[in-house]
Amino acid sequence: MIKVRNLTKYYGERLAVDNISFDVGKGEIVGLLGPNAAGKTTTMRILTGFLTPTRGDTWIADCNMVTNSLEGRKHIGYMPESVPLYTDMTVREYLAFFGRLRGLDAKRTNHRINDVIGLCNLEEYVDSIIGKLSKGFRQRVGLAQAIIHEPEVLILDEPTVGIDPLQVSQTRSLIKELGKEHTILLSTHILPEVSATCGRVIIINRGRIIAQDSIENLSAIVKGARRLRIEVKGPHDQITKRLQRIDGVKKVSREGNYLIVESPIQIDPRAQVTEIIVKSGWTLLSIETVEMSLEDIFLQLTAKDKEESDSE
Amino acid sequence: MNKVMLIAGKELRSYLTSPMAYIITCIFLLISGVFFVLYLTATKYADTSIQGFIEPLSVFGLSNIGNVFLPLFASILTMRLLSEEKKIGTWELLLTSPVKDTEVILGKFLGSLGILVCMLVLTMYFPLMLAIFGQPDMGPIWTSYLGLFLIGSSALAVGTFTSSITTNQIIAAVVSGGILFALWFVGMVSNVLPTAIANVFSYISLSSHFSNFSVGIIDTKDIIYYLSVTALFLYAAIRSLETSRWN
Repeated sequence: MIKVRNLTKYYGERLAVDNISFDVGKGEIVGLLGPNAAGKTTTMRILTGFLTPTRGDTWIADCNMVTNSLEGRKHIGYMPESVPLYTDMTVREYLAFFGRLRGLDAKRTNHRINDVIGLCNLEEYVDSIIGKLSKGFRQRVGLAQAIIHEPEVLILDEPTVGIDPLQVSQTRSLIKELGKEHTILLSTHILPEVSATCGRVIIINRGRIIAQDSIENLSAIVKGARRLRIEVKGPHDQITKRLQRIDGVKKVSREGNYLIVESPIQIDPRAQVTEIIVKSGWTLLSIETVEMSLEDIFLQLTAKDKEESDSE
Repeated sequence: MNKVMLIAGKELRSYLTSPMAYIITCIFLLISGVFFVLYLTATKYADTSIQGFIEPLSVFGLSNIGNVFLPLFASILTMRLLSEEKKIGTWELLLTSPVKDTEVILGKFLGSLGILVCMLVLTMYFPLMLAIFGQPDMGPIWTSYLGLFLIGSSALAVGTFTSSITTNQIIAAVVSGGILFALWFVGMVSNVLPTAIANVFSYISLSSHFSNFSVGIIDTKDIIYYLSVTALFLYAAIRSLETSRWN
């Protein structure tokens, strides 16, 4: 549904997006993950036809967005990061304006307004002035605006920024719900967001894609290591020393009240660890294997990317 | 065309729900009303007006004021047209909807033109009063209105353009005010210049093309002048919008 080839964008001298290519298949929810100023918003703005790329091509539903943007834009629902709204309009007027602007007739627009306010839980506020709504509701209005014309592709730029945690989880489940009927590309710099909503992730840093894969595969790639988190009562210094002597253990470090034991993935030191602790007369309170979080993956990948480009 | 009207309608609506358009219309009516009275008494026909003959001069006065003030009011009217959308970001939604750039600009322009027409219609009580209390020559009055409409639309086009190049409404208003003042001013300068240059200057001046309308003459030259200014600046606005995609 979304196809990007060799996309490059310069703002004057500054390179914002550097030769990126990726695909998003029909029905996928893909997260575009990267720190601030990585080029996420620029990529999305080019995909939606708001900006023209310096080089490269993008296709939305088989329409080339550089040469045939007008046709392609019919298939896109877009929520920019700032969630821009006409604050002097009511929710209904706002949705009606964009519905009509995107080619729905009056009857269909009314029908769709009823659908989307239901979907976005806006029933109570449909005749309220947008300017008086709270941030969370504005976000929903922005989302409703993006789906009013039933686009095949949804592009959401940081859809959960600046709203409270309860609303964040509501928005996420809404996005998942929308993913059943739409192809979604969403950007975020919040890591749990990707694992909560997306099936696949594209990691982008300083304008370049540094990794793209399913979340499971990505963690497997970077993993290579097993991490055990142990809570133990006893002298931590001594315990650390003893544990380090176990065959295959690479590193033992402290993390708050826990000890983290790292070893290669092939070696499982759990049995030895418990044995040593118990035999030395210390008390083992808990032991668990910790999955590498997306945060760790991300840090590792960006660090790798930096090393590579530094050595170039 | 549908989408042009949709955007124009939305624009008109947002004018009517914000105080700005009302304030501008009030001040415009106040100023033109004051000058209408001043001209009327200055021409001394006021005393004999009830049964007497009223020169179109009194409306001529009104239209003279209109032709000086209307462009300035137009600058204030159009300043938010595009710059506000750029600032709050709704611009991004507009430009990613399946709408041509031309349709966006035309829609915006027509929305502001709607307010201008309202302003002009509201001044029609001046000729109405003249018609009730005298027998004014209606010809020059209608041509004056045509002239005001044309000069007003040129000014709105200039404003639409300046609003498209900035996110700051004040800058948009000041720049369009400046352009309009310059276009008006060259007409005045032309009086003191050698004929050849003076002709050029007076041809490109907003104000000199107005005088024919105010005495009841419809010259295609003048109509074409105002329409070209309108078209030129709307075209510039469309191009500026295209440029924004290249950033």
